[in-house]
Amino acid sequence: MIGLSLNRVLAVLIKEFKQLTRDRVTYAMMLAIPVVQLTLFGYAINSDPRHLPTAVLAQEDSRYARSLVSALKNSDYFDFVAQARSPAELDEMIRRGEVQFAVTIPGDFSRRVARGDQAQLLVEADATDPSATSGAVAALAALPDQALAHDLTGALAMRGQAVKPFEVIVHRRYNPEAITAYNIVPGLLGIILSLTLVMMTALSVTRETERGTMETLLATPLEPLEVMAGKLAPYVMVGLVQTAIILAMAATLFHVPMSGGWLGLSAGIGLFITGSLALGFLISTVARSQLQAMQMSFFYILPSILLSGFMFPFRGMPAWAQWIGEAIPVTHFLRVVRGSLLKGQGIGDQWRELAALGAFVCVVTALAMARYRRTLD
Amino acid sequence: MTPSSPNWAIDVHGLNKSFGDKHVVNDVTIQVEAGRICGFLGPNGSGKTTTLRMLCGLLTPDSGSGQALGFDIIREAEAVKLRTGYMTQKFSLYEDLTIAENLQFTARVYGLDRRRERVDKALERLGLASRRGQLAGTLSGGWKQRLALATATLHEPKLLLLDEPTAGVDPKARRTFWDEIHALAAEGLTVLVSTHYMDEAERCHEIAYISYGRLIARGTAAQVIAASGLITFHGEGPGADKLGHALSKAPGVETAAAFGAAIHVSGSDRAALEAAILPYRREPYRWSEVPPTLEDVFIQLMGRSQDNIP
Ligand SMILES: Nc1ncnc2c1ncn2[C@@H]1O[C@H](COP(=O)(O)OP(=O)(O)OP(=O)(O)O)[C@@H](O)[C@H]1O
Ligand SMILES: [Mg+2]
Repeated sequence: MIGLSLNRVLAVLIKEFKQLTRDRVTYAMMLAIPVVQLTLFGYAINSDPRHLPTAVLAQEDSRYARSLVSALKNSDYFDFVAQARSPAELDEMIRRGEVQFAVTIPGDFSRRVARGDQAQLLVEADATDPSATSGAVAALAALPDQALAHDLTGALAMRGQAVKPFEVIVHRRYNPEAITAYNIVPGLLGIILSLTLVMMTALSVTRETERGTMETLLATPLEPLEVMAGKLAPYVMVGLVQTAIILAMAATLFHVPMSGGWLGLSAGIGLFITGSLALGFLISTVARSQLQAMQMSFFYILPSILLSGFMFPFRGMPAWAQWIGEAIPVTHFLRVVRGSLLKGQGIGDQWRELAALGAFVCVVTALAMARYRRTLD
Repeated sequence: MTPSSPNWAIDVHGLNKSFGDKHVVNDVTIQVEAGRICGFLGPNGSGKTTTLRMLCGLLTPDSGSGQALGFDIIREAEAVKLRTGYMTQKFSLYEDLTIAENLQFTARVYGLDRRRERVDKALERLGLASRRGQLAGTLSGGWKQRLALATATLHEPKLLLLDEPTAGVDPKARRTFWDEIHALAAEGLTVLVSTHYMDEAERCHEIAYISYGRLIARGTAAQVIAASGLITFHGEGPGADKLGHALSKAPGVETAAAFGAAIHVSGSDRAALEAAILPYRREPYRWSEVPPTLEDVFIQLMGRSQDNIP
């Protein structure tokens, strides 16, 4: 047994440090990850989103109605983006996720206010993500006291101070009890699939290169697409098994509603698994070592968690962050999964998200094929 | 093709390849007749692996052209690949697959029929039938190389490119390996095999010697030796092997190397060479002129081409 020697520790330390700096990509990643990700997420994440898209169905055109709308606008939480002409249209807008809130001003609103007869304003919130709506819903409490302050005169105003001129009825749709798990568990499906599938395939080609088996593989008549398809197929199975497990647990342990939309959901799962695998394959054609492949996957996973609407409300992010989010497949996949399970969306409601996933699959596959080298040059 | 011209299995001209500003293969021309074994020799880093890779489509030449098995090596690389077996310098089978699984994988990739039968036959031929379930990574060096050869020939290629197939392999296993290569050539395969071993070079039908990316000698062993114009003296006697240092400095001596207790002194200028050994033509040394060995020639070639580096 020989004693510990500082010099020998130093020998290892110096060697490690030199090896670290020799791998440029790893070195750059270690510096870029904190800087990029911190700036990205520090500015992008906002857990009290404002300016949420809202549709209104005004069944009467009155001074009161206009005052209500402008009071809602002034709260900063609601941006009126659409005017519905019928309750059905309003319902469709919120089911499709085009708006976060649907406000209905009933046809007898003015009359009831004037008579002091329990006037009601109906606000429906898309509560699939409870945290996205909670701030706005809280702000609604102050509405009856302020919204009509300038419009009510005389006796009506006097009465307004004692009894509220109207009440706000809030319907939290799709997740009435604001159970966070309803939102998180379907979201986890997207995150877990990304984590395992992207990482696993990202290592697939790099491993061959690192072990030297790539040279033999390239000397065979294998075509790039054949290599890709053969390498990815086993992981499609892995992805499907994972999906089945997660959905079964979501239903049994967390009682996440299964409202239907199976066709869209299946299409979404298929496209998302393919896209994640293709992305992993693309990474593995770019990375020069398995370590680099791991880091690149990580670089992708973080925004998938933080900018996709999984952890924080998508609509709470500034426009530029939403643009980045739109480019991430998890974002679209989450909308499909939540839309199907919680809202029972049909494929007609989801075609935009499915098209985005399909486009992602095509672009990434094309890039991977372009990157895959048929030679050792 | 005129009827008298040979049937080239490899016929490439003026191959060039650079990595960055390093000109690794410089105007290399190689021709190998079908059914022959051509030894590919040259010092480390001379461009053997790079040349072999260009022949089987793994690297694209910067310039140059040619055919392998009648297919253009650049435009018809896929056709060449299909008919060529390539054994890499570094073991490149799947170490985490078994012997049989590696063979099965190759059989599938080449779309072979009667897969089970072919794999069984290959295992039989290898003498590994009883160890078919062993992981390839756990084989010893010699067995690994034989497995790699079996894998490279499974699809019955017409051309074999072997890159230092016997490096680190014991003499007996090397002999077995070369017996197999000769058996394959007898079946009509053309073999281009790189090696650093002189005895292996002598077992080839012909040799090609490359140095610093240039092909500097070609032909049968006898032709290469004759073309070198080298004269070799063999000195014996107690302490003869220790004369190397003094002799190698003498004018006219191109190489002086100990062979056991004896010494080989070579040069291309007979008069100068004889003058150089004159001081030692006395007891206890005995001198005789011998035909130069391939090794003498290669060491001389190496020395010369080094001087040629611009
Ligand atoms: N991908 C590459 N990038 C840069 N340089 C390379 C590359 N491949 C080979 N080289 C260089 O090209 C030269 C020739 O290499 P090559 O492997 O062909 O030599 P070799 O004759 O096979 O040597 P050895 O007998 O050691 O196997 C070497 O100097 C090597 O460093
Ligand atoms: Mg080599």
